[in-house]
Amino acid sequence: MMQQLILYPLLLQLLLSILLMFFWKKINWQRGISICGSIVHLALSAYVFNYVWRNGTQIIEAGSWEAPFGIVFVADTLAITLVLLTSIAGLAVSIFSAASIIPDRLKFGYFPIFHFLLLGLIGAFLTGDIFNLYVWFEIIIISSFVLITLGGEKAQLEGAVKYFTLNFLASMIFLTAIAVLYGLTGSLNMADLAGKVAAVENRALVEITAVLFLIGFGIKSAVFPLYFWLPASYHTPPSAVSAIFGGLLTKVGVYALIRVFSLIFVEDVFLDQILLVIGILTLFSGGVGALVQNNVRKVFSYLIICHIGYMVVGLGMFTEVAIAGTIFYLIHDITVKTNLFMISGLIFRIKGSNSMRALGGFYSEYPKLSLLIFIPLFSLVGIPPLSGFWPKISLITASFDTGSYWSLAAIIFASFITLVVIAKLWAEVFWKNPGKIPKRIKFDYFHNIKKPRKIQFVVPIVFLSIVSLYIGFGAENIQLLSSRIAEELTDNSQYIEAVLGNPQTDE
Amino acid sequence: MEILFAIIIGVLYAAGIYMILRRSLVKLIIGIILLGNGANLLIFLLGRISEGAPPIIPEDSKMFLEAYADPVPQALILTAIVISFGLQSFAIILVKRAHKVVKTDDLDEMNATDEDS
Repeated sequence: MMQQLILYPLLLQLLLSILLMFFWKKINWQRGISICGSIVHLALSAYVFNYVWRNGTQIIEAGSWEAPFGIVFVADTLAITLVLLTSIAGLAVSIFSAASIIPDRLKFGYFPIFHFLLLGLIGAFLTGDIFNLYVWFEIIIISSFVLITLGGEKAQLEGAVKYFTLNFLASMIFLTAIAVLYGLTGSLNMADLAGKVAAVENRALVEITAVLFLIGFGIKSAVFPLYFWLPASYHTPPSAVSAIFGGLLTKVGVYALIRVFSLIFVEDVFLDQILLVIGILTLFSGGVGALVQNNVRKVFSYLIICHIGYMVVGLGMFTEVAIAGTIFYLIHDITVKTNLFMISGLIFRIKGSNSMRALGGFYSEYPKLSLLIFIPLFSLVGIPPLSGFWPKISLITASFDTGSYWSLAAIIFASFITLVVIAKLWAEVFWKNPGKIPKRIKFDYFHNIKKPRKIQFVVPIVFLSIVSLYIGFGAENIQLLSSRIAEELTDNSQYIEAVLGNPQTDE
Repeated sequence: MEILFAIIIGVLYAAGIYMILRRSLVKLIIGIILLGNGANLLIFLLGRISEGAPPIIPEDSKMFLEAYADPVPQALILTAIVISFGLQSFAIILVKRAHKVVKTDDLDEMNATDEDS
């Protein structure tokens, strides 16, 4: 019973999506099931998180096939933290979808696919097998293709073509990398690979494999110069979909980067340099991109790219302090980015536009709501004591320690440029006098909809803002969590020992 | 045999990438298919090709006595084929819909989402 504990979050999502399919056209049932199921899922994930936190890394060997041969699921602290964050973001987006997605989309299976996406994410976090990771990635991207095209508007389809092509290409590069890795070592288990890759004599081939992994995951996590699909597609689907994409989809790429480069390809100076350079350029180009955009959702898209840079830089420095900063930033970023895209949906619902030129006067019309939105926006900038501030301390400390002053400069520059972007957004959307926005016909404006649905729009934003506030004010706890994860990641013998067992005591 | 495979895989990858880089949507799909097949063959090749050596332990012994064909790559390829088949059929439908709605099959004209709005 307890042995399979870490699989329960995974199975619950699968159960939910299958259950939802039985209510194909009954959208009110679907809304209810999805929200209730997500609440149960959050409780379950919190329980499993607590269990792993107290008892250390848990593993399950699928079908009792022993570790290097069968597929294993490994719940170390990093994986289980991300599972918990997935269910937090999943709950918020589920409530927001129930309010904001139009019935026509819901009738074509929005909710089942949404839960399949979450299933894929949780699977990707938990698996300890590199080919299994590929399969979970495919589940994620197939679900995301359906979500991005559902509705079939012109912009959506155009965005989907770009999104599809680049993600498919990334998967193929990832598959190629797995093939070469298997050819080199004859193993697919990540813990087993760690030892075998280190023993391979042909270092050039190992390096090439590592670069293939880097490109594959780099496309998925939208780092420089592989990010152009992201701003071309993330603003096209409904904002609830963008919220889950922006919050979790790019982060699963970052997770894979962290996992592969902390476990399999370690002690590789060449790669750390590449990661640093990529991170710096990502910080720079994402920030500058956000500066020139006029659509609120495109600004947020570029900010996703910009802030991926922090995590990549942290990974590139690869000291315990830097990894702690990366993990803290990951935790902060998932909550905030999900929230921001939901906010862009709320703004659209109120005003009927997302163009910064036309928007304005939000503060005088909805002062309380504006103050609520203030929290995630300025968490993003990292004004102390809000959540974006703390990981930057670790990252900056680490860049002093490792003497990489370029990354120091990039981190400070990106923080500054985020501030400028958010200040501009605040001035344009909240303070400026509103411009002329053409009236939309057949559109439920926020002031016309009923009170319970209005509350449904605001509740997820309040929920995630509270989580953000907790990350900011309870930074000590999060710092403790990320230090523990960093400790586990920088010393990969713990992970290997958990999966393969200790060779001395095994006899 | 390995050399031949290596050349075929190289050609498949090169042709796939070339086709993806073209402007036509149909060529995009062809490129995706070629690339997928190239990747599958690569797994097959890197699992080492061996002839007439099934991975079956003889009755009178407890372990493999000589080199045997690795069954894992075939399982991997089977999975990868199914996945890429699903993705390719999705791509065909997507391209058909996109062509119908946007009324062009030229990728250079599909730039509405990149424009300022």
